[in-house]
Amino acid sequence: MSRIKIGIPRALLYYKQYPFWQTFFEKVGAEVIVSGETNAQILNTGLEVAPSEICLPVKVFYGHTLSLSEKCDYVFIPRVVSVEKEAYTCPKFLGLPDMLRALPNAPAILSIDMNAKKKRRYFYQSLLKLGSTINKNPVAILKAYKAAQKAMEIFHRNKSLLPPFEANNNLKIGIVGHPYNIYDPYISLDFLSRLKRQKINIQTLENVPADCIETQTASLAKPIFWTYEKEVVGTVMHWLRTKAVDGVIYLLAFACGPDSMMQVLIEEEARKHPEVPLMSIVIDEHSGEAGFLTRLEAFTDMLNLKKAKMARA
Amino acid sequence: MKVTAPQMGLLQILLEDLFERLGVEFISAPESSEEALEIGSRLGPELACLPLKITLGNFVQGLEKGADTLVMAGGFGPCRFGYYGQIQQLIMRRAGYKFNTITIEPPIGGLNKFVAAFKKLCPGKNTYQLYQFIRTSFLKAQAIDFVEKKSLQLRAYEAQKGSVSKAKKRALKILGGAQTRAEIEEAKNAALEELDNVALDLSREVLRVGLMGEFYLLLEPFANFDIEEYLGHEHIYLERGVYISDWISPSAKNKVFGLPHKEIVKTASPYLGHFVGGEGQPTIGHAIHFAGEGFDGVIHLYPFTCMPEIIADGILPKVIKEHDISLLTLVIDEQSGRAGLITRLEAFIDLLKSRRGGAGRRELCKVI
Repeated sequence: MSRIKIGIPRALLYYKQYPFWQTFFEKVGAEVIVSGETNAQILNTGLEVAPSEICLPVKVFYGHTLSLSEKCDYVFIPRVVSVEKEAYTCPKFLGLPDMLRALPNAPAILSIDMNAKKKRRYFYQSLLKLGSTINKNPVAILKAYKAAQKAMEIFHRNKSLLPPFEANNNLKIGIVGHPYNIYDPYISLDFLSRLKRQKINIQTLENVPADCIETQTASLAKPIFWTYEKEVVGTVMHWLRTKAVDGVIYLLAFACGPDSMMQVLIEEEARKHPEVPLMSIVIDEHSGEAGFLTRLEAFTDMLNLKKAKMARA
Repeated sequence: MKVTAPQMGLLQILLEDLFERLGVEFISAPESSEEALEIGSRLGPELACLPLKITLGNFVQGLEKGADTLVMAGGFGPCRFGYYGQIQQLIMRRAGYKFNTITIEPPIGGLNKFVAAFKKLCPGKNTYQLYQFIRTSFLKAQAIDFVEKKSLQLRAYEAQKGSVSKAKKRALKILGGAQTRAEIEEAKNAALEELDNVALDLSREVLRVGLMGEFYLLLEPFANFDIEEYLGHEHIYLERGVYISDWISPSAKNKVFGLPHKEIVKTASPYLGHFVGGEGQPTIGHAIHFAGEGFDGVIHLYPFTCMPEIIADGILPKVIKEHDISLLTLVIDEQSGRAGLITRLEAFIDLLKSRRGGAGRRELCKVI
């Protein structure tokens, strides 16, 4: 009997959770197929079928999901309601499996509710149910879960999704935003590679310890009730307040609901710390490379000049 | 202390009533207008949704009228609405305005927190007294909602154009003066009678349309270009998924809309199995409910970039196909114009008429 094929779209929370689900499905005995890197075809499919008002990364997610329809038995789309007790994720993650199921040509979708607000045992129960689609042996599912947890630990220890490269440490730039925008070269117009080519030391959200983020965001008047946005804001606050970087680039997607609010918090923080420059870049499917590059170059040039001036003084 | 709050349709009547009971001086912000929107768009974040911008304008105009305390609604996510207050405060402080704020957290987050905001507003009163005030004002809100609901239904039949709107104005005036619960009950009957006395043309062919979507756009006529009055004058019998009392207390057994919140959620769950904040899940439930009631069509209204409603938007095509009902989606932002909206509504009405084979429903629809 051939193994059940599970498709995982290389988009959205893939960048946060893929080691867990890839390991889990492989260990229960499925074959995991991750969709390819985002390309024009994937984006165009997404643009065609997704609601036009939605943000770019979700459109890309639609494209990835449909690119998997022919290749696997199920596409796995978890419903990530909450990853910590006091907060939610973006509403779009709450409705994601339902949105994809509503497509006229939707593939078979496998899903699980992840909700840290509920007791742990709900998650175990749903995990058993999810695993049983592939493997009827509960012990095997439990083992797969343990292995998946281990894979996540290693993933967290490695800190960054950015493969190591040689930087000359002249300039240290913090890149912040949602991982699904930053690490998808097609969405972010490959700006990480461009910075790498200039041998700039790149810092990302993963380099900032979780407790730093908590301490920084604790000073806000109202706690941020979206976990991933809290990470973004906390990271920027940490960098600006400790001057850990020379400059910050904040990448956000047009029509991103949570970031439209967070942008105000971040820019307010930047106003208080003018010694660390911050540039916000808003991207969507119409973003042009030329304009983007001009801004990127101007920003790095400005940082270099500033640094040279300070060295002279 | 002089408090002000954002404008949202008839919410203002309710706020005036509540603050009078509490003995707090309330300065009514000018009605939402182009000017409020202009202020909000200038100060507010570009990517924020329309309600944030208009209510920001309301606050600024309220402060300019002499208020010193802003009453804001809170929330715990996942909809952006819960963070509005913080962002608006930040923006206004940055623009140089000075004020205090009182945030009213929704009752679902614990009654203590909810009442605490009111204790801040009037320190002398105990919890029981405050509860009684809120309860009485809420009864008034429900009475207002019944007037709204009835005028939405009757406007399609009015013999003389505009007579329902005039009667509604009179009805709201009657309700405005009511103080005690007995008076409110009495005023409610008198107000509904005011509407009953409007001369109707029952021979008219009438289409039935359900309005659903994001609550602010449904409740604030300035934001939705008073779509309800326009449709009523086009002889469309309307029902709306969200009324003010639904919005304030969705968990309470609500009889204004006709279906309790729980029921709506259950109806929606085969298509959207989890709440997504705001009215995202109820919108799906409302569409199915309207289809089941034999409505000709539904109109989905929401502000550009609204997250919960975009999710509903992505799912509705499947819902309307399986439940055989026509859908018009209207996404509104500060660039929207009335003319474009009316053109789309006209086309939609024509479509509904042609689906009926040219003839609308002849018998009188259910009127409360």
